[in-house]
Amino acid sequence: MSKQEYTITVYTENQIGLLARIAIMFSRRKINIESLNTSSSEVESVHRFTIVIHETEEVVRKLCRQIEKQVEVLKAYYNTDDEIVWQEVALYKVPTDEIAEKVKVERLLRENGARAVLIRKDYTIFETSGHRDETDKLITVLEPYGLIEFVRSARVAIIKNSEGFHKKLRDFELREPGEEVVENEYLGDQEHVFSM
Amino acid sequence: MLSTLNQPQKAALQTKTEELSGSEIVLRALIAEGVETIFGYPGGAIMPIYDALYDYNDQLKHILVRHEQGAIHAAQGFARISGKCGVVFATSGPGATNLVTGLADAQIDSTPVVCITGQVFAHLLGTDAFQETDVINITTPITKWNYQVTDASEIAEVLAKAFYIAKSGRPGPVVIDITKNAQIQKVPFSGYQPCNHIRSYRPKPIVRKEYIQEAAKLINEAERPFVIFGQGVILGQAENEFLKFIEKGGLPAAWTIMGMSAIPTDHPLGVGMLGMHGNYGPNLLTNECDVLIAVGMRFDDRVTGRLDKYAKQAKVIHLDIDPAEIDKNVKATVPVWGDCKETLPLLTELIEQKTYSTWLQKFEDCKLKEQQKVVVPELNPTSDIMTMGEVIRVLNELTEGNAAIVTDVGQHQMVACRYANMNQSKSNITSGGLGTMGFALPAAIGAKFGAPDRTVVAVIGDGGFQMTLQELGTIMQFKPAVKILILNNCFLGMVRQWQQLFHERRYSFVDITSPDFVQVAKGYYIEGARISKREELKDAVKKMLDHDGSYLLEVMVGKENNVFPMVPQGRGVAEIVLGADEV
Repeated sequence: MSKQEYTITVYTENQIGLLARIAIMFSRRKINIESLNTSSSEVESVHRFTIVIHETEEVVRKLCRQIEKQVEVLKAYYNTDDEIVWQEVALYKVPTDEIAEKVKVERLLRENGARAVLIRKDYTIFETSGHRDETDKLITVLEPYGLIEFVRSARVAIIKNSEGFHKKLRDFELREPGEEVVENEYLGDQEHVFSM
Repeated sequence: MLSTLNQPQKAALQTKTEELSGSEIVLRALIAEGVETIFGYPGGAIMPIYDALYDYNDQLKHILVRHEQGAIHAAQGFARISGKCGVVFATSGPGATNLVTGLADAQIDSTPVVCITGQVFAHLLGTDAFQETDVINITTPITKWNYQVTDASEIAEVLAKAFYIAKSGRPGPVVIDITKNAQIQKVPFSGYQPCNHIRSYRPKPIVRKEYIQEAAKLINEAERPFVIFGQGVILGQAENEFLKFIEKGGLPAAWTIMGMSAIPTDHPLGVGMLGMHGNYGPNLLTNECDVLIAVGMRFDDRVTGRLDKYAKQAKVIHLDIDPAEIDKNVKATVPVWGDCKETLPLLTELIEQKTYSTWLQKFEDCKLKEQQKVVVPELNPTSDIMTMGEVIRVLNELTEGNAAIVTDVGQHQMVACRYANMNQSKSNITSGGLGTMGFALPAAIGAKFGAPDRTVVAVIGDGGFQMTLQELGTIMQFKPAVKILILNNCFLGMVRQWQQLFHERRYSFVDITSPDFVQVAKGYYIEGARISKREELKDAVKKMLDHDGSYLLEVMVGKENNVFPMVPQGRGVAEIVLGADEV
């Protein structure tokens, strides 16, 4: 099984210490977290982690089971890049005089889908969002003009075929939940499972 | 539900609002949870709780240990023998860090324990205050759940969650760290509400009938089915359900070290113990069965040996309450998620009544081979030197399999688990997953408090005993009648065995000297004796068992005896060897 990029989406209660509890599940297995974002979700009180790792499907699957086992975790999903829509935000600080003199700011912004978020006499801050290669490209473009500072955010991702967490949460709040809550990866896959 | 509660529990549940300190709420919560025994050690940051305890002495029995590690191992022993939740008090800083080994042990062996640790005042958190340590982050990987309380109004709800989480589903240890200000703070308290639902926590997965049906079909079609079971059967209180299952199906069943005693060790379908030093047949025939039915066990590497040589020919049915265990180490053909107390009867109903005489004969043949080469020489040696096995044989004869046996870690542990007879469940208390030397003495103390009517024998090596022998002080003070049986081979025997077999007999720091254990015990006013001759063995063990109260018996056994059979590390289960000549 070959390694590839997986985006793990974890829905949790919003509690202090949970980030550490989740993070150590990766470090214990010597798995490097390439990107980690925590944010609120569409449901108040429910927190959402988006974690990117480069691993085999088997490792990711087992990891998600272990994450889901944690008391305050509601659900953990893992998806390949084609199953999600994702973006990262990047900020670039460059000297204003360089930009004004040597580059047509307007063209630069248009070509890279960027916008200026702050223009001062001494420096200008651009912002763009997109996939890694897109935000990387603007670094290359800006480097000759004295890029002072660069920062990129973690990945945020939305699962294409997810219906959100509102409905699922109601299920979690029930004492006798429906089948959604305890999903079984073999469901609907019995022929494959019993082919040994 | 109220009718099943005792008087103090009812009183604690009453809903009259009163102003109470956080400390008193802690104690009320414990009483409401039915806790009677606490193992603990006081200190600065937990003093308000101990102060409150002074007034609750008649309702809560506190056992003052001699080291916090002793407290948590005692709580583990208590939980393992009683099926209840063990409770520990410890102070902040070193008090809390001394719990770490026990927490890791309870986590890997799924033992329900609630530890309440004191913490510095909330305003001092993060300032490197005296005896401050980040207990929550230290214990995160080794607890099922942990939580820091900084306000007394949280205490009742948090403790209710703590007990629910520790005991439900796959049990485990919970740490509740309470800052000193929260212990002192007074808040309105209007009764204790036990917890029975947390939305983000599913203790039991939903049972899926279609997998029960598939599993039954596989079992019914099997020619050589083999059941392997672990502590899940005991934790799920499913001993009877399990017996009905194997008896109806005529299924040979082998236990892991943690599953031992779930069925009587002399049950006709019980074929012995799995694992590195388990029985010959169960290991060898794992690779000959056609359907392997794993019940409440987690395919530990000490059970499977090399995974790529483990049961490759078999279809695997895996029953477990913890979905994360399915497919973790061994891929399941049919995963049966759920509490085995629920899934086993469903499965029993669908399987056919059968006997597999040819297949069972194979286990018999293996047993015979093991008897000749290993068991007879171990239990009835012909040389003058005593073996660990014959001590266990004598113990079996005198206790008739009714004792609870608490073992430490090493050769004596393997020998005791291989040869001890056990008639009832929860009789084998040992550190299985973590392999914690020093476990047995404190765990035996806890076990005696958990089951005062049972004979509790702590079988310990000369190495492990020296790790926690300070708990003799606890025995001296609180007088649990623990029978301490030290099997002294003057070596760290298991490591020595490996050095002999795999490191060309380079005995590197395994030659351990011991104090005069009998004199040490005497210093604690505990009677004892040392024997080194076979003629004295039976009388000495009898004297130990008959003695009114605790007793320490040290038996000098052969220095360089080895435990066999053995699945050498890195080999498959079928490559099990019966003696050093085969390694």
